[in-house]
Amino acid sequence: MPSMRAGEETLASVRAVARRTAAARFGAWLPLVAAVALIALPSVLTPYTRDLVMTLIIYAIFALSLELLVGTTGLVSFGHAAFLGIGAYITVLATPASGPGSIAVLLPLAVGGAALYALIVGALSLRTRGVYFLMVTLAFAQMAFFVFHDTDVGGGSDGIYLYFRPVMAVGEHKLLDLDQWGQLYGLAVGMLIFTYAFLALLRRSRFGHALAGIRINEQRMRAAGFRTYGYKLAAFVIGCALAGMAGFLMAAKNGVVNPELLSWHLSAEVLLMVIFGGLGSLRGAVIGAVGFTLLKELYQSPGLVGTLAADHWQLTMGITIILFVAFVPRGVIGIFRRLRTAPGS
Amino acid sequence: MDLASFLVQCLNAVQYGLLLFLVASGLTLIFGIMGVINLAHGSFYMVGAYLAFWLSTALHLPFLVMLVVGIALAGALGFVLEWVFFSYLYHRGHLQQVLMTYGLILIFDELRSLLAGNDVHGVAAPAWLSGSFALGGLMSYPWYRLFAAAACVVVALLLYVLIHRTRLGMMVRAGASNRDMVRGLGINIRMLYRAVFAGGVVFAALAGMISAPMSSVYPGMGLSILIISFVVVVIGGIGSISGALVASLLVGFVDTFGKVFFQGYSGVGIYLLMAIVLIWRPEGLARRSW
Amino acid sequence: MKGIFRVAAIAAGAAVLGATVPSQAAEPVKVGLMLPYSGTYAKLGDMIEKGFRLYVDEHGGKLAGDEITYVKLDDESDPAKATDNANKLIKRDHVNVLVGTVHSGVAMAMARVAEETGTLMIDPNAGAMAITGPMCSLDVVRSSFNNWQPGYGMGVVAAEKGWKKAMTITWNYAAGKESVQGFTDAFTKGGGKVIKNLTLPFPNVQFEALLTEIAAQKPDVVYTFFAGGGAVKFVKDYAAAGLKDKIPLVGAGFVTDGTLEAQGAAAEGLLTSLHYADDLDVPKNHEFRKAFVAAYKVEPDVYAVQGYDAAQLLAAGLKAVNGDMQQKATMEKAIRAAIVDSPRGTFRISPSGDPIQNMYLRRVRNGHNDYVSVAVKDLVAPSVGCKLK
Repeated sequence: MPSMRAGEETLASVRAVARRTAAARFGAWLPLVAAVALIALPSVLTPYTRDLVMTLIIYAIFALSLELLVGTTGLVSFGHAAFLGIGAYITVLATPASGPGSIAVLLPLAVGGAALYALIVGALSLRTRGVYFLMVTLAFAQMAFFVFHDTDVGGGSDGIYLYFRPVMAVGEHKLLDLDQWGQLYGLAVGMLIFTYAFLALLRRSRFGHALAGIRINEQRMRAAGFRTYGYKLAAFVIGCALAGMAGFLMAAKNGVVNPELLSWHLSAEVLLMVIFGGLGSLRGAVIGAVGFTLLKELYQSPGLVGTLAADHWQLTMGITIILFVAFVPRGVIGIFRRLRTAPGS
Repeated sequence: MDLASFLVQCLNAVQYGLLLFLVASGLTLIFGIMGVINLAHGSFYMVGAYLAFWLSTALHLPFLVMLVVGIALAGALGFVLEWVFFSYLYHRGHLQQVLMTYGLILIFDELRSLLAGNDVHGVAAPAWLSGSFALGGLMSYPWYRLFAAAACVVVALLLYVLIHRTRLGMMVRAGASNRDMVRGLGINIRMLYRAVFAGGVVFAALAGMISAPMSSVYPGMGLSILIISFVVVVIGGIGSISGALVASLLVGFVDTFGKVFFQGYSGVGIYLLMAIVLIWRPEGLARRSW
Repeated sequence: MKGIFRVAAIAAGAAVLGATVPSQAAEPVKVGLMLPYSGTYAKLGDMIEKGFRLYVDEHGGKLAGDEITYVKLDDESDPAKATDNANKLIKRDHVNVLVGTVHSGVAMAMARVAEETGTLMIDPNAGAMAITGPMCSLDVVRSSFNNWQPGYGMGVVAAEKGWKKAMTITWNYAAGKESVQGFTDAFTKGGGKVIKNLTLPFPNVQFEALLTEIAAQKPDVVYTFFAGGGAVKFVKDYAAAGLKDKIPLVGAGFVTDGTLEAQGAAAEGLLTSLHYADDLDVPKNHEFRKAFVAAYKVEPDVYAVQGYDAAQLLAAGLKAVNGDMQQKATMEKAIRAAIVDSPRGTFRISPSGDPIQNMYLRRVRNGHNDYVSVAVKDLVAPSVGCKLK
């Protein structure tokens, strides 16, 4: 009878809403849980996985910084790696030859340098749109790549050593010594938490809403009186500055930098990370960075996929990328969202 | 620099530029008409070079026969690729196209490694084109390079005639301006696109075949030419063949003379050129499409 | 969709877990071969491994009583991944010795990791001066050469031949620049002058503009350093530009090693300087070449020799501690003190870690690098900034 069916449907939709709210509440706590887990992690990890987790954290920051550009503002940049590389190179080049540099000097320099280049690149390339913007960001990234690769500014194509890792010292007393793995890890986790929280607040602010509006319909925003160029430039500079921060961590972790940090391959990979996780979601960026990097690891492990596949991992990677972009365009987060949306609601 | 060296450098610049044009014309056609960004375009260049190596070294085909067979094979490859892969990219956003064709690059590279190995190979120029002619004093210019430049000019002219003087060219130009209208007029747009794509692949592969005797055949040759061809396409204006021609020659000159006068910075020069052009004209040099 | 995600999650988890399960590192000595197995340098990586394995196989798969096991990793000649790759071998796969690599940028990152983790590293090719310069350490030793050495050898010969004006041409990266520096040091010491240094970005191979410049400047001799595909193209282009018979071309041995088949007639008569020549009349060389051909059915090249000698260095270290790898300090001191009976002749190791070896002059004849004479005997490479002098 119709009324019973209507009642059942209402019950079903109420249950669905409740499920969604519960899931949402659970989901809201997830980042906090993850942060705590990260801080506690080193005690249970082997030296190798510790390095792996550190790499994942750096890539997570890197992907988050691109998410601000691509996911929030709709600026598809194909040259994001250049800013990571610039941050890393400044860290090494500004370290004195005789001893460690100070974090209080190197970090602002790295971030500031990346931001400055972003200001120049953004000012010039934000006059273009769509595919032209894609190509122009690629071109500027290639310019930076060649500066480090060809000229004597930074050791040429082989890169340069960071002979002393940065420290934070007050007089003789070392507050923070990045040569100690535990302290470097702590700084990295702190920076990841900062980046995530900062971007989450940014997205909720008026500025963030304006960016979202620009992504959806820039003309309408302009008609409403927003100076979209300024907003886009600000977002671009902030995102690239955060990438510079990731570069600082990269240099401190590896102790050596090379021009491949600015290559378009890395720019393509960080785009893939963001897509993999799901555009428009901060969580997606982190998941994407972790998932993509681990997937690459998986494909290259002869123990898990066999020697033939591991030797030719690019084939499996390429096929995976194509299939994923084609069939799961909303990424991992998109899968989650679809799961949460129960049928009939 | 005396006059003789200057002229030779100009010859170098033009020859390099024309080869770039061959690759870039295919890219800009595909981009302009079908709206697809194809990062794997450099892989077609590599396929052409490896085809040349295989056909001439393993099958011992004479040079001109090798070119014809190579063109046919490349065309077939393009036809099949468009059919099974690229036709699904038309309605997707640029970001997705970039990422999917990036995946394609990885696949092509790995296939190349599986089928042809990782060694560097040389391809001999045909006997009737080997040797050089003297250019006064110490310098001589290889006959083969002259042939390569001439071949590119011939292809460029053919392309011009095709686009501007044939019905097929008319359909191509119409398809670029208004896809739906063309379909509405009963023209098989799918076959048209397939033909254009195959054409783009043929041009890139032909460039690879022609340059094989000049550069070696090695892994990674596709990637180096890819970025430069994108720069050419953007400078020239997406979809414009004449723009691509002007841009390729510009890039050829900047690269050649940059190497001579600005030793360390020649790599940067091309991108600086692109930045300057885009500041002045954000849509590229060409005003109209063609 | 759910299913795919689950599989992916399990796979990812397995990857992390698999990475955390430590492998057993008991009596056998685990050698981590971090070499290029793909890309332009793949052939070199393959030859190095073949040379290394030949020595170990000649001794029944054991060195000083320890069985040798291998873990291979493709470094893809990518410096960006080098640190992570080296860490993988040392921390995940628990190798006792790191052997690698060809690309200097990758080797630099490896040397850093080796020094930080206290792992023995034997470099069977990369000649970057920084590795035995400011970054020198007892953990890192080379069985190959220092970029400066072959260039210096050629410079000595060039000056002896009476040439006065030279031009150099190479890629703008450490290996090229350091090779040119070696040539310049010897050439100017012998009374010559380098009038211009031409470079192009690595791995660009558009040489036309620079060849035209050489023809315009008319030097007495041109010194070059290229390797792999670039070497093939350059030698061919040089001949095609008509310069081959007008301006003598000399180079570091890598220009003609492993590239002669592709270069063909364009390379005939080229003089190069290297720490090895195919037909070197040293008894060990004849034995080595015979054994190599018998085992692998291909002719060895300088890279195979370097791999072979890397194994010899490891053996010297292991012998001194009777196979007990825990006595690392003694092992490393023994390696530094070793006198290696190599197919290239005997050589010792300098305090900073480079071989002290002869530089030979070779000439290309009929597709072979034929020995001509000894250019410099027992050449010691400079080690600027090394604290281990």
